Amino acid sequence: MLKHRLTPLQRAGILALIGIALLTASRFIGELRDYQGAQVAVYVIAISSITLLTGYSGQISLGHGAVMAIGGYGAALSFSLWHFPFVIALLFGTFVGTVAGFVLGVAAARLSGPYLAGTTLALAVGLPTIADQFKVLGGEQGLSFDIGDAPPWARKLGGSEFTQYKWFFWIAVIAALITLWAITNLLHSNYGRNWRAARNNAVAASLAGINVARGKILAFTVSSALASLAGALFGLLLGIVTPTAFPLSLSFAIVTGAVLAGVSNLAGSIVGAVVLVTIPEVSGALATHLGGSQKVTANLPGLVTSLLLILVVLFMPHGLRIRRFKGMKKLRRNT
Amino acid sequence: MFIDTLLIGISSGAIYSLMALALVLVWRSTRVVNFAQSGQAVLSTYIGYEITSKTHNYWISLPLAIICGALIGSLVDLLFMSLLSKRVKSGPIAEIAPVIATLGLLGLIQSVIGLIWGNAFLQYPSPLSGKGFTFGSHTVPFSPQNLFIVLASATVLAIFGVVFRFTNLGLALRASSFAPEIAQLAGIRVSRVRNIGWSFAGAAGAVAGAVITPTSTLSPNSLDLLFVSGFIAAVIGGLDSLVGAVVGGLVLGIGFSFILQYISSSVTFLAGFIILMIVLLVRPRGIFGKRVGRNA
Amino acid sequence: MNQGLVVSNLSIDYGSVSAVKDLSFALTPGELVAVIGSNGSGKSTLIRSLSGLIAPTTGAASWNGRSLLGKKPEELVREGIVHISEGKSVIPELTVAENLALGGLWRSDKNDVRLAHEESLQIFPILATRLNQRADSLSGGERQMLAIARALISRPQLLLLDEPSLGLAPLIIEQIFVALNNLRKRYGLTVLLVEQNAMSALKIADRGLILHLGQLVTSGTPAELMQDPQLRAAYLGF
Repeated sequence: MLKHRLTPLQRAGILALIGIALLTASRFIGELRDYQGAQVAVYVIAISSITLLTGYSGQISLGHGAVMAIGGYGAALSFSLWHFPFVIALLFGTFVGTVAGFVLGVAAARLSGPYLAGTTLALAVGLPTIADQFKVLGGEQGLSFDIGDAPPWARKLGGSEFTQYKWFFWIAVIAALITLWAITNLLHSNYGRNWRAARNNAVAASLAGINVARGKILAFTVSSALASLAGALFGLLLGIVTPTAFPLSLSFAIVTGAVLAGVSNLAGSIVGAVVLVTIPEVSGALATHLGGSQKVTANLPGLVTSLLLILVVLFMPHGLRIRRFKGMKKLRRNT
Repeated sequence: MFIDTLLIGISSGAIYSLMALALVLVWRSTRVVNFAQSGQAVLSTYIGYEITSKTHNYWISLPLAIICGALIGSLVDLLFMSLLSKRVKSGPIAEIAPVIATLGLLGLIQSVIGLIWGNAFLQYPSPLSGKGFTFGSHTVPFSPQNLFIVLASATVLAIFGVVFRFTNLGLALRASSFAPEIAQLAGIRVSRVRNIGWSFAGAAGAVAGAVITPTSTLSPNSLDLLFVSGFIAAVIGGLDSLVGAVVGGLVLGIGFSFILQYISSSVTFLAGFIILMIVLLVRPRGIFGKRVGRNA
Repeated sequence: MNQGLVVSNLSIDYGSVSAVKDLSFALTPGELVAVIGSNGSGKSTLIRSLSGLIAPTTGAASWNGRSLLGKKPEELVREGIVHISEGKSVIPELTVAENLALGGLWRSDKNDVRLAHEESLQIFPILATRLNQRADSLSGGERQMLAIARALISRPQLLLLDEPSLGLAPLIIEQIFVALNNLRKRYGLTVLLVEQNAMSALKIADRGLILHLGQLVTSGTPAELMQDPQLRAAYLGF
């Protein structure tokens, strides 16, 4: 689906077909699966933000959970305070996150490896505490972001039992597909090529006239746009944004997902997202099967995720890929 | 009031310094930021907790916990990091692999702790009072436990300082971290020395965990925020410098203390982020980073 | 005869690139042999494999009958084989005294370490005046002296020197090579000297080996090598 020679329009066509297939499929699956599907779609966007940043521009962020929080709060604030329609609210959240990402990106472009990791880590821990300081952000109670049931036209399309979760699924899937389309086009543009060049060899890239710092800032900004969109959708799924909804572990989780996906593989972000969503369920079932105590059920997901992460880093540094798609190879060569 | 705030700041800054020191020790010798450090420290603290509940004596458990911390550090290097450096050499993941791998190890240690001890908050009291000293009718927030924290941290820092400056082991540690190849060619067994560095780091983290935990509670994640502070402190100091780690820790501890006292308790980490940004925008490699030299 | 350094059929590949091809030569104890070659001739790769920094693909190398291959550099130092690497041979962040001390850290005979320390300061008196300075404050020539002095404290039998003249002024090169020649006579050192600066190296060498693209072109005494006008034009550069 991400073949290089396709034009943006053709790519859009293919993604639209996939979208229609998925939306149709949502009719036949249960509520829980709809919700999980929506989670997967949100994680796909969040993981793509890391893939873009780390895989294509060589920067690292342990604070993208905070960027997600910015997007979530932006969307929820504009929705509940100014009564923006939810689509506009999502876009507004993305816009706020993009601006913040640009500011962060300017600072980040000056920092290398561990210094950037440390700064973003501090951001992840520090930023959510702002919410406690401002009444308008709702303190610890957070802000409601309840968009209610699907509008009539969607219910007409989606069938009689078009629940809220199915509606969430639709929103998230459509957002994820549009995002994937946009990133793919971006990576095929000169920007994408320059990022890869700069990541592989900054000195050579700057000699070839590529402005490495500007590319890094742009990558951080675009990555933040994706993360804040994911954050806004995340708030929408929860129906509320609170300071604790965007913990440090969320930042780590999306980095984990990106590594499982094989950091420079966009299509892999889907695999990463599915793994992130299914691990708690699978390990929960495993814990029940083992007849484990509360200790086991509480800690098995963490154990499984950590082990998987370690094993992938050590033994499958290109991520959980069964085999490379030909198209992906081309994409990797050409971007 | 000013003095009180300063003293509390020094007390927490001392702990940050220990954590920062642990991170710097590993960074200098391995070029890895060890995110598992807080996991290692909390594991040794749980071991200390276990020993205390058996022996009812904190003063027996403290040195044993420190020894365990050193052993854990050494084992992490031998079993985990050596494998990592052998397996992951190139590719897009090579730069972030150490971060990811140590994050994975952190998660692993914490879930194993959860499996053994559960996730409940445990009390791990020390024999020292957490109530502030009283001068006449005035009670200050600085307690005997705080005093112990400062003294213990200062002792560890002093021991490390002496070892690094004046002993052959310290010279070998410095040589191996500055220029591993030249050190090897001079006959230093670099991998063994690096392992000693890891065990020192583990011991420093264990001291931090053992002296700070009595002031709050113990859980698998209870040292995470200490780790974040330690990391910020280490970055402020410029990851390569042991002096920088100590200075960074104190700057951050005192800064936090004043913000807590005069602004608000909930913005401390935001303030930490801002302090960090200001330092790094002026000096992208920290206050004591490479440019002014990397003396111990 | 297994005494001295014996290298036989040594090949070293970097991936698909072959840096050293089927190289064989030997040094008798006390001999100073210069390996001459331009950049990319494989001479640095050769010396790095003899000191344990890189593993050769095939072949054998032994010192006094004991194989050198598969051992770490720090173990080879303990067997008397000391490599002074090219250019960056001292640790700039440490003081001169600390750099010197590195050479004796692992030795148990501390009295002899002290003796060796004094001897090397007599040989390079300039270092004695700089003991507490950081090594990065030294000039290039002084750094090279420091590197040699540190090696002497390890009491080497075989010295592997990688381009000691690199980046130094001609007068300083002269000084270092004279000192080197005196040292090997005084201590009976065997020296493998890798050099691009053929003229200076051949002045003190007993024999020269000419390496080109990883292969041995020819070997002989300095007089023999310098007589051949073709060799002089192609490899010696004078």
